[in-house]
Amino acid sequence: MDSITQGFIRAFELIFHLNAELFGIILLSLKVSGLALVIATLAGLPLGAMLGLKRFPGRNLAISAVNTLMGLPPVVVGLFVYLILSRKGPLGFLGLLYSPTAMIIAQSILAIPIVTALCHSAIVNVDPLIRQASRTLGATQRQETLAIIHEARYGIISAIVAAFGRVMAEVGSILIVGGNIAGYTRVMTTTIALETDKGNFELALALGIILLLLSFIVNAVLHAIQRKGMVATQ
Amino acid sequence: MKLDVSHLTKTYDKKTILNDCSYVFDKTGTYVLMGPNGCGKSTFLRICAMLERQDSGDIAYFDNSTVLANDITLKRRLTLVLPRTGVFNTTVFKNVAYGLKIRGLHHTVIERKVNAALDFVGLGPKTGQHARTLSSGETQRLGIARALVLEPEVLFLDEPTASIDEENTQIIESIIGAMKKEGRSTIIMTTHDREQATRVGDFQLVMRNGRIET
Ligand SMILES: Nc1ncnc2c1ncn2[C@@H]1O[C@H](COP(=O)(O)OP(=O)(O)O)[C@@H](O)[C@H]1O
Ligand SMILES: [Mg+2]
Repeated sequence: MDSITQGFIRAFELIFHLNAELFGIILLSLKVSGLALVIATLAGLPLGAMLGLKRFPGRNLAISAVNTLMGLPPVVVGLFVYLILSRKGPLGFLGLLYSPTAMIIAQSILAIPIVTALCHSAIVNVDPLIRQASRTLGATQRQETLAIIHEARYGIISAIVAAFGRVMAEVGSILIVGGNIAGYTRVMTTTIALETDKGNFELALALGIILLLLSFIVNAVLHAIQRKGMVATQ
Repeated sequence: MKLDVSHLTKTYDKKTILNDCSYVFDKTGTYVLMGPNGCGKSTFLRICAMLERQDSGDIAYFDNSTVLANDITLKRRLTLVLPRTGVFNTTVFKNVAYGLKIRGLHHTVIERKVNAALDFVGLGPKTGQHARTLSSGETQRLGIARALVLEPEVLFLDEPTASIDEENTQIIESIIGAMKKEGRSTIIMTTHDREQATRVGDFQLVMRNGRIET
């Protein structure tokens, strides 16, 4: 009991004294997951829009596949990226294993299906009357597509925020491909996992508190967006 | 204005809806097209407004040039208002501004035109309101404002008062009257209200067996 209290006190000390190691770790977490999200959005939004708006052979199969990939276990993705980037792997010559880049790649792979599937569902839920409206008002094909995507904007932002929450909390893939190297690839979740293992609770607890706080913020933002979207669709 | 429809045919799943349908719209004023439910009035308007392609037959617009399937410039001289208005998830103002924006107009021009159109349909005081909070009658007027702000040479109205109350029906009929007075657009509308057809129509047409009869 005493050691738990002690741990919390030390953890808060780390946070309030703006401990440099702690903030380096937080910053890297945000950088890795943030960049993974940018990549996932650049890939996932057009993919989701295509699945939602275009008719092509194999479309239903693709939708099922994306929905399945949404639940990809992070460790499996980590293993997969590890094999590709390891020295004997096809991209081993790039020397990316155990680097932040490898972590960004792994998290992008995790996030792309999430962003794609949620964007797809936001777009197919747009009232068909919107497409007709833009068409009757003289929109070109392209403008019509943009009108539908614009109409789905709240759902699309929710998709991105949800994917961010998911990758921020993820540990399996980045531990495998990043290796938790101090000052280089250590992020919040990997530090928590390994420092706890070593009995080094203060840092782990401090990061746990921050992670919870971030997760709370992500959910609050998500909720606010969804409420705004709902008020606006009444 | 001239719209020369000749020998139009349209078939859905082996059911022939328009069957060698011809008519020349060449007068200024309001044309009212009547006919039983499902006889093909909406289909006719969609094809005339270039939103759907006929199986065969031709429509010559304005200066007799025959139409290419995807002529956006020509299409933008025609506007169709649907029986149910799909409202963009934003303000009344932005809903009406949409058509002007995609035509690349300057925002000061857009502002002036949109405000004029909203005043014209009696939605002036609701400019900044969220469009999805409008009543169904107001929503239908929004749909009309969104179309007339584009100053189309032909304005198609598909059952503009089918789903709204008497008061709004009257308002919309007076809007149609006022548009006629301004004389900028030829109006081609459908209705199944015979009395409305007499009230607002200069030319009454009936669709029967896939053709237009006068
Ligand atoms: N896209 C479509 N696909 C199949 N059938 C259609 C389609 N559009 C209209 N129809 C059919 O064509 C007929 C005429 O419809 P419509 O033009 O809407 O008639 P009206 O407007 O006179 O009530 C109806 O039987 C309708 O079911
Ligand atoms: Mg109809």
